[in-house]
Amino acid sequence: MTTDNAAPDVVDSEGMNYLVSLPRRVVTVYVPIGAFLIVLLFPFYWMVITTLKPDHELLSRDGNPFWVMNPTLLHIRKLLFETSYPDWLWNTILISVVATFMSLVASVLAAYSIERLRFRGSRYVGMSIFLAYLVPPSILFIPLAAIINQLGLFDTRLALILTYPTFLIPFCTWLLMGYFKSIPFELEECALIDGASRLQILVKIILPLAVPGLISAGIFAFTLSWNEFIYALTFISSSEVKTVPVAVVTELVEGDVYHWGSLMAGALLGSLPVAVLYSFFVEYYVSGLTGAVKE
Amino acid sequence: MATKQSALARALDNRHLLGALFLLPAAALLLVFLTYPLGLGTWLGFTDTKIGRPGEWIGLENFVFLWGDDVTRLALFNTIFYTTVASVIKFGLGLWLALLLNKHLPFKAFFRAIVLLPFIVPTALSAIAFWWIYDSQFSIISWALVRLGVIHTYIDFLGEPWHARFSTIAANIWRGVPFVAITLLAGLQTISPSYYEAASLDGASDWQQFRYVTLPLLTPIIAVVMTFSVLFTFTDFQLIYVLTRGGPLNATHLMATLSFQRAIPGGALGEGAAIATAMVPFLIAAIMVSYFGLQRRAWQQGGADA
Repeated sequence: MTTDNAAPDVVDSEGMNYLVSLPRRVVTVYVPIGAFLIVLLFPFYWMVITTLKPDHELLSRDGNPFWVMNPTLLHIRKLLFETSYPDWLWNTILISVVATFMSLVASVLAAYSIERLRFRGSRYVGMSIFLAYLVPPSILFIPLAAIINQLGLFDTRLALILTYPTFLIPFCTWLLMGYFKSIPFELEECALIDGASRLQILVKIILPLAVPGLISAGIFAFTLSWNEFIYALTFISSSEVKTVPVAVVTELVEGDVYHWGSLMAGALLGSLPVAVLYSFFVEYYVSGLTGAVKE
Repeated sequence: MATKQSALARALDNRHLLGALFLLPAAALLLVFLTYPLGLGTWLGFTDTKIGRPGEWIGLENFVFLWGDDVTRLALFNTIFYTTVASVIKFGLGLWLALLLNKHLPFKAFFRAIVLLPFIVPTALSAIAFWWIYDSQFSIISWALVRLGVIHTYIDFLGEPWHARFSTIAANIWRGVPFVAITLLAGLQTISPSYYEAASLDGASDWQQFRYVTLPLLTPIIAVVMTFSVLFTFTDFQLIYVLTRGGPLNATHLMATLSFQRAIPGGALGEGAAIATAMVPFLIAAIMVSYFGLQRRAWQQGGADA
């Protein structure tokens, strides 16, 4: 990954750039990039500003709306102490972590099995994993709701923990298959000659070499579960088991009066954890995203 | 260590047996919660199941009813319109942004990292920010346009059918462009700079370099990225649910939101499942177009890429 990215950079900087004059670069590169960044980041800026604005500033058309005169933490305080927001956060964390961990374990085994053990029919299993990746939740939620009901899991966290792997496992398996493919067969053969079992090979040789892949898959799976909406909306009805995205949309919107300040605070606090996690693992996240698409 | 292997250990070294064993957790979860629901969903579409009441087989009745239903037809039109407009613009802007980010820039990694932010943040939550940005009385866009003297009254972004359609499309584009841009950027970085040097020595203009070097080499990844983008857009749910719940006058109902509304609050599981099932042929068509389009390209280029 890093070498991949570094190579074009080096060549690029010494490449044909000297042929392009500075004013031309400003107009064709910097201005459009600036415009893209402003548009892409504005909603986040707006979330932050709205969170910090007292109500009378929010609902006035005078003054400069792009800035906040008297910043306040009232909305955040209201959110944390007068609503069940901490519970929702905890639910989201719990469900995302457990679903991600389960999917990772299942995917590591499945990917190793498909890519390395090459049992009879492994190619077809690999293909069907990819096809499973293409099945959108919007066509599954109705029958899944019926199944969840039959299993008596309606309105429990377990319902989400069990259904999230349906989109996490195909993604993680597909990504890890790519990583396992890049590990030389010779390493495994050496270990086999030395008398290692397949399980030992997987744990002591393949997994340590696939750590970047595991991090990519884990980060990606975690954000996917954190962002999931339609299953959480359909399978959960009590406030205390809701996840953040659903709870903010269904619980914080009361009647006709919108409390924009606390709504935005809810949206902001719900976005921050994934944004922070993402900022620490950008490279892994990007390689997960592009790795899954490139195949 | 190797000399005293138990029968179990030897059995575990059998590739086929071990392969099946390793596959078991993933396969079990996917069969119960993915394959079975897919089948069940299709079957439900042919029944009159309501919430709390098992249904009976009624053949094509749901589909006949939905075909005659104005709201469903409108939802189908909306979905196709939404998908087409949003995907074309996402592709155009995404490719442009990818080309910009592929230029030599200071803080390139930093730019790339923040460009992806809209994609990683929960859609339901960013949709709430858009909801506030589109507010009929306090919209910041209206405020700015009024101050600039472009308009005189505030725009009712989500209150009028066509305004609402374009507003939701804009929010979808905002969320989708980073995905297209970053994945296409990864494709661009695999193209060797020597092609461009060779092309420019031969006197190719910027446009010609793009048209005859970049585009052909990027086609396989464009096909994959746009397939994903079209699939996600066609089955979109969150954004519409948060921004408009399908209103005003069903003008923004997509197949997914309509199927939710009929099945869960409305209780007609069978009818909702029929709407969801009706989406499947479109999805398969989209995958087929990209798959065969991709294959032909690969064949023209000697089958070496992809």
